[in-house]
Amino acid sequence: MMDPIFLAEAALNGVLLAGVLALLALGLNLIFGVLDIVWIAYVDLVAVCMYGVYFLVTLYGWPLWAAGLAAVGLGGLLGIAVHLLIISPILGSPPVNQLLATGGLLFFLQSFMTLLWTTDHRSLRLNLPILQAGGMFIPFTRLLAFGVAVLAVLGLYLFLTRTYMGTAIRAVSQDREAMRLMGADPQRVYVVTSAVGGAMAGVAAALLIIQYPVHPYFGAAFGPLTFMICVLGGLGNMVGAFVASFILSEIISFGGVLLSTEMGYVLAFVLFIALMFARPGGILARRA
Amino acid sequence: MLELRGVTAGYGQFTALWDVGLRVAAGETVAIVGPNGAGKTTVMRVISGVLRPRAGGLIFDGESLAGRPAHEIVARGIAHVPEGRRIFPDLTVAENLRMGAFLPPARRAFGQSLERVHALFPILAERRRQRAGSLSGGEQQMLAIGRALMSRPKLILLDEPSLGLAPVMVLRLFDLIRRIRREGYTILIVEQNVRQVLRLADRAYLLEAGRLKMEGRSDELSEQEFVRKAYLGL
Repeated sequence: MMDPIFLAEAALNGVLLAGVLALLALGLNLIFGVLDIVWIAYVDLVAVCMYGVYFLVTLYGWPLWAAGLAAVGLGGLLGIAVHLLIISPILGSPPVNQLLATGGLLFFLQSFMTLLWTTDHRSLRLNLPILQAGGMFIPFTRLLAFGVAVLAVLGLYLFLTRTYMGTAIRAVSQDREAMRLMGADPQRVYVVTSAVGGAMAGVAAALLIIQYPVHPYFGAAFGPLTFMICVLGGLGNMVGAFVASFILSEIISFGGVLLSTEMGYVLAFVLFIALMFARPGGILARRA
Repeated sequence: MLELRGVTAGYGQFTALWDVGLRVAAGETVAIVGPNGAGKTTVMRVISGVLRPRAGGLIFDGESLAGRPAHEIVARGIAHVPEGRRIFPDLTVAENLRMGAFLPPARRAFGQSLERVHALFPILAERRRQRAGSLSGGEQQMLAIGRALMSRPKLILLDEPSLGLAPVMVLRLFDLIRRIRREGYTILIVEQNVRQVLRLADRAYLLEAGRLKMEGRSDELSEQEFVRKAYLGL
């Protein structure tokens, strides 16, 4: 029988992992809900922002918090650029073309990052303490990342429910044309949505670079997981994505402790496939 | 206040309106009636800028608005209550009304507008925290009209407001539209319910297969003739 402390630690680690995953999934979902387009290259934008934080800290000696804020700004700008340069010109074309376009962006970003920064794994090597509580060891970086992720999700929630623009973003995802009749310029709503989605990628980047090394193929590690969470929660469903990120990260975390890290991911993917058969519209899908 | 001149419009290869001209004076209530597929909704969509006309002019308050996008037309003071209501089902009633006041000038007068809308439709105040999609058809129509009023329009376009409502609700709705009219709004209304709408409107146009066939003061037009033409196209 395994020490219950290990299980408690696994559960806690799952929760801590879920925070950042939720951030990624919510950013991606926000854009999908409004524009009906999945940004395949979303996590690769995160990787670009991670490089941003890395170089600002190691090369220019910025404090981590300032580099993190810069990453949020960079993410927002990248979001706007992706919308204006790639999405906007093909907004009316068939969905498969839009998917291919953002898929193309993925290959472009990965190759470009390799060209500029080689395939080296780059890590900030922070010397932050590991906390000990009741026999459990919790790295401070994970706790910090979780705390900031929760604040960012809360901020997104307040933006979407308390402001005119945020409410308009939700309204557009329900009825594009009706929102035009309210006087909202759809292009403006799209740009703001893409900027917010990009900024979320920037926040996630700042929280990931303190835990993981960055390399040009970082997106390949977290991208599939992010899409899985979005689909499991129901594409475009924000609450669903939030719940799904906790479910999947708990499975990965427990699987990792009980079996092995690889088996944790295998379990998560198997459960994902099984749930897709049982509830194809996502765990929180509203019955039509 | 509003004038359409020689408007031709359609979708793709299909032409829905041929050379349509009509005018609405300030304070007037004008009806457009006609059989299904006559192009009534298309007229509304051209006025609110959702559909770009192929030819023709659209003048509102002395300014040409033809070809302007919908969001600029709302800013000029035209609010469109679309066919099928088109409320935001997953937003609350209060949030739907807030979206009606999306433009900055309307935002500044939000409190005052909300009071007016709540006075007109008390049920919307009662249900303000409820999901709009959970309202009954009649309540949803009130919400759609209330949402349009929140933009502080000069002209309101009502497209088939009685569609899909129970007969009792239809009568109540027409009473409410009369009250809105008494408050001084200018109204252009499209309706299947010819009898009711002729009693409400000052003037009416009969649209048939995309062309205007008749026009006149409601009380002068023989209801029988209008009803016959509108429904049977005879």
